Amino acid sequence: MRRVIPIGPYHPLQEEPEFFKLIVEGEKVVELEINIGYNHRGHEFLSPKMTYEQIAYLVERICGICSNSHPLAFVQAVEDAANIKVPERALYIRTINHELERIHSHFLWLGLAGHFIGYNTVWMWAWKYREPILDIFEMVTGNRNHYAMNKIGGVRWDIKDEQIPIIENILLEVEKATWMFTKAILDDPVILARLRDVGVLPKEVAIDYGVVGPTARASGVNIDVRRDDPHAAYDRIEWDVIVFEEGDVLAKAKVRLFECLESIKIIRQCLRKMPKGEIETKVDEIPMGEGIGRAEAPRGEVFHYVRTSGMNHPIRHKIRAPSYMNIASNAYACVGYSIADAALTLAAVDPCYCCTERIFVYADDKKIMGYEDILKLSWELTEKLKRKYNKI
Amino acid sequence: MSIKLKALKKSPWVFHVSAASCNNCDIEILAALTPRFDVERFGILLVGSPRHADALLVTGVINRKSLPRVLEVYNQTPKPCLVIAVGTCACDCHMFKDSYNVVGPYDKYFPVDVYIPGCPPRPEAIIAGVVKALSKL
Repeated sequence: MRRVIPIGPYHPLQEEPEFFKLIVEGEKVVELEINIGYNHRGHEFLSPKMTYEQIAYLVERICGICSNSHPLAFVQAVEDAANIKVPERALYIRTINHELERIHSHFLWLGLAGHFIGYNTVWMWAWKYREPILDIFEMVTGNRNHYAMNKIGGVRWDIKDEQIPIIENILLEVEKATWMFTKAILDDPVILARLRDVGVLPKEVAIDYGVVGPTARASGVNIDVRRDDPHAAYDRIEWDVIVFEEGDVLAKAKVRLFECLESIKIIRQCLRKMPKGEIETKVDEIPMGEGIGRAEAPRGEVFHYVRTSGMNHPIRHKIRAPSYMNIASNAYACVGYSIADAALTLAAVDPCYCCTERIFVYADDKKIMGYEDILKLSWELTEKLKRKYNKI
Repeated sequence: MSIKLKALKKSPWVFHVSAASCNNCDIEILAALTPRFDVERFGILLVGSPRHADALLVTGVINRKSLPRVLEVYNQTPKPCLVIAVGTCACDCHMFKDSYNVVGPYDKYFPVDVYIPGCPPRPEAIIAGVVKALSKL
């Protein structure tokens, strides 16, 4: 007999509002319906109304955890459109920030995953060791979470020489903590029994769903934008992409833990190799054109497309966040396992709903706008914009 | 002081409502619960249901889809309850006030007791806000 179990939108396990309908037969999940949209704020609509300087702040507020990845991808898109050359030192500082963000995000996930399996000690530990990373951010950028570090043509704040030893000390502490977590998780038979062979996403299915980031790498799909299309200073540094083949929750945890160690390696190299010099180039004018920016956020690839107008604001700004693909894979990964595993599997892709939200427009109560209708609307909008800008 | 208020002040249990936030205020609320700030020392506990809560921590702007759900959560909370708006979005919609999907800050729909501005406010600021809310009673 089929029954429906709702999870959300305000569920004690979730920090964000989202709604899952688990359709179960006995204990087993047979189908999953995902219902998002509780978090939609209309960034792509707001973006063309703002200047480029303001948009860097706007896209930062897409997601609180990826608040370096989104601005990084955005400024790279504008720099691509305007052919701006960024100073070497700024690239290294961007890389350092990006990796620090990855460590804090993975620790955050680890803590929440521990919370989900009822292991609150891991939660408290992980969040305790995450605080020193935020201290680095506060010292370098002036804020714990929204760093406002990226600007078009460079970065806003420099890393001073006297800050480098402090950062290295904190990294030592974090490295020790990461090893402790790795050993604690890989040696604990209870955690292993809870995580192994749960929510398996095979490689072929992962490719079909187009998942990105640690979710893909845990299923044996070897993709990483940092290596495949190097941005910032990733091509000047030696590091490895962590790939596991199993595709279960344990593999996802392992990918994230070992990525933290890689991130520490990258930051250390950056601090050593960072050349002296300017941290920003002056940007006079952003010409008409289009550009794309890609960055590897902690959850996967962030993609920004910007069509510039020749004035101080873009015409179109398209954002694709990684969780959009990853969440859809839950519809496969949850099915066939028990209800108790569902919450963990849903959390294992490190979902970030505030990045993901899309909106569906209901024309009236009966009609749902399909692909054709939206395409037509989009054409009309393009024509309208063309008429508007041809006049100018 | 009535016995209800006394019970509320002694150990306020909070429920955390995030309507359409960027997640950051929510993270800072959780950070306030974890070892560095550790508000559980003072009896402040995050609970799983609004029916058990003495205070609501609300974050983010409200959008069209989450408005009925947020109102339902507020109606389920036993009164008297404190409503604490965490973050600039919850106080006045911040940079999203021009968006088509945003229907306004929380105080348009139910009374808010304390506003904690900041994007995001630091955990210390959140703790200070809760203390102010309690001392107001």
